[in-house]
Amino acid sequence: MSQLLPDALQSALPDIIQLLYLVATGFFIVGIKRLGSPATARSGNQMASFGMLIGVLVTLFDREILSFELIIAGVVLGSLIGIVAAKKVQMTAMPEMVAIFNGFGGGASALVAWGEFARVDPTMIAVDGLITTGLSILIGSITFTGSFIAFGKLKGFIDGGRIALPGQNIINLVLTAGALGLVGWFTVDPGYQVVFWSLFGLALLIGVLTVLPIGGADMPVVISLLNSYSGIAASMAGFVLGNNLLIISGALVGAAGLILTNVMCKAMNRTLVNVLFGAFGGGDDGGPGETGDSDKSVQKTFADDVAIQCSYANKVVIVPGYGLAVAQAQHVLKEVASLLEEKGVEVAYGIHPVAGRMPGHMNVLLAEADVPYDQLYDMDEINPQFKNTNVVLIIGANDVVNPAAKTSPGSPIYGMPILNVDEAERTIIFKRSLSPGYAGIDNDLFYSDQNQMFFGDAKKSLQELSKAIKELE
Amino acid sequence: MEDLIFNLFIFVLASFVGFELIAKVPPTLHTPLMSGANAISGITLIGALIITGGSDSPYAQWIGFAAIVFATINVVGGFMVTDRMLEMFKKKEDN
Repeated sequence: MSQLLPDALQSALPDIIQLLYLVATGFFIVGIKRLGSPATARSGNQMASFGMLIGVLVTLFDREILSFELIIAGVVLGSLIGIVAAKKVQMTAMPEMVAIFNGFGGGASALVAWGEFARVDPTMIAVDGLITTGLSILIGSITFTGSFIAFGKLKGFIDGGRIALPGQNIINLVLTAGALGLVGWFTVDPGYQVVFWSLFGLALLIGVLTVLPIGGADMPVVISLLNSYSGIAASMAGFVLGNNLLIISGALVGAAGLILTNVMCKAMNRTLVNVLFGAFGGGDDGGPGETGDSDKSVQKTFADDVAIQCSYANKVVIVPGYGLAVAQAQHVLKEVASLLEEKGVEVAYGIHPVAGRMPGHMNVLLAEADVPYDQLYDMDEINPQFKNTNVVLIIGANDVVNPAAKTSPGSPIYGMPILNVDEAERTIIFKRSLSPGYAGIDNDLFYSDQNQMFFGDAKKSLQELSKAIKELE
Repeated sequence: MEDLIFNLFIFVLASFVGFELIAKVPPTLHTPLMSGANAISGITLIGALIITGGSDSPYAQWIGFAAIVFATINVVGGFMVTDRMLEMFKKKEDN
């Protein structure tokens, strides 16, 4: 496309391209910055996508690019798939969506490195180019297969439990060391095709084998880590091509992914090492520690009573869990909250970081039901408020309010930060039965004096509650 | 090797910027942020364009084509789905 430009521009073109890449970088940085606050997040995302547009358009003027048929075909095909996927996906399926998009990104970086290897005589590439080509193949391929395994686990195509060979961790470490060795060998002897293909194959295998043993409950951490990898892979592809925009944007995403991974580990009270090589996450803890004593009794309650308690409260805090989203009850919940607000009750939502299927997921699901974000409080913000709360409605959540995390050192969730709902005057748990939660641990809150159980399907119970509040007029 | 080291400087400095940018993001936005950052990692599309449009061998071109499709799915899908999520985030007065 460069030949379309006047001659005067031709000679300055490489510099202009680089400067516009710099502009695109600015859009990415400011865009990510703005993604950090709910009020500016949407514009931040738009700025980042505008930066991407600049980067792509400018690249088309690169003098290296001579043919456009395949480019146009590829962009059209990719856009169509992307648009349909982004429009159709249910908000509850967001973790899978991020996982699979991420896999495509990582795969693309590996392909770019492979393409560079295929397009030039590999023995003519300098050593630094070879190192980064090897690393790009390695990281990109791990991201690709790892993300697809994560996707399969989240979708339920693959058993969500831990699938592990004996000595899996040692096998993985040996394979990873072997792959790094192959990167080294490739650098020394790039003309030897066997090394290149072994590296590629081994990297794809490592992606499968490292994610397969990780339990479904830990997938958010895995996706976040893989997101970081895909950034690093893009950055490595930038090293291969000597492209600063790729290096910088990839590094930004790599760093962002690492921070998010860390945040998620903290929220789940896990260390990254523990997630990657550890127990828990769906099955390895020998089942529930102790089953509930049958002589413990619970107080049951019903819609009319809950309606009265809530309507005469000063402050009601709602603690939603993923069960709420499964029951598709967010909209009814919002209706109940609005009815209470009309009666002058202060309503807030307390969101545990792992309330959804990934951190921040519950916030998206509630936003979908038009719950304003200034009513959503993070764990650290809501915990001091429970002391002044009259009623806490706990819907579809269990482990995140289980006092065992604070009181019983033997419990698998011991040490996990929880919502201190027991500091409120009254807690009401919406639940089908007394069965333990995802982690399979009995919850003493059920049997506490301050607690009442509202048994039934979350959506139906909330509909009854909504009706009961209306009838109170 | 000089290039590699120069690029390494850029990489490390950009990583620090990334850490700083994300460190203070409230948990409310973690899902859209992850999805948005994910879309940005599709920047590798630019590399895919150069490979596809800039090589003589059909072999490399088709690899590049596959890379373009993958990366475009990542970019377009990622930004759109993030926008879809963020569109729903509203303050109380807006309702």
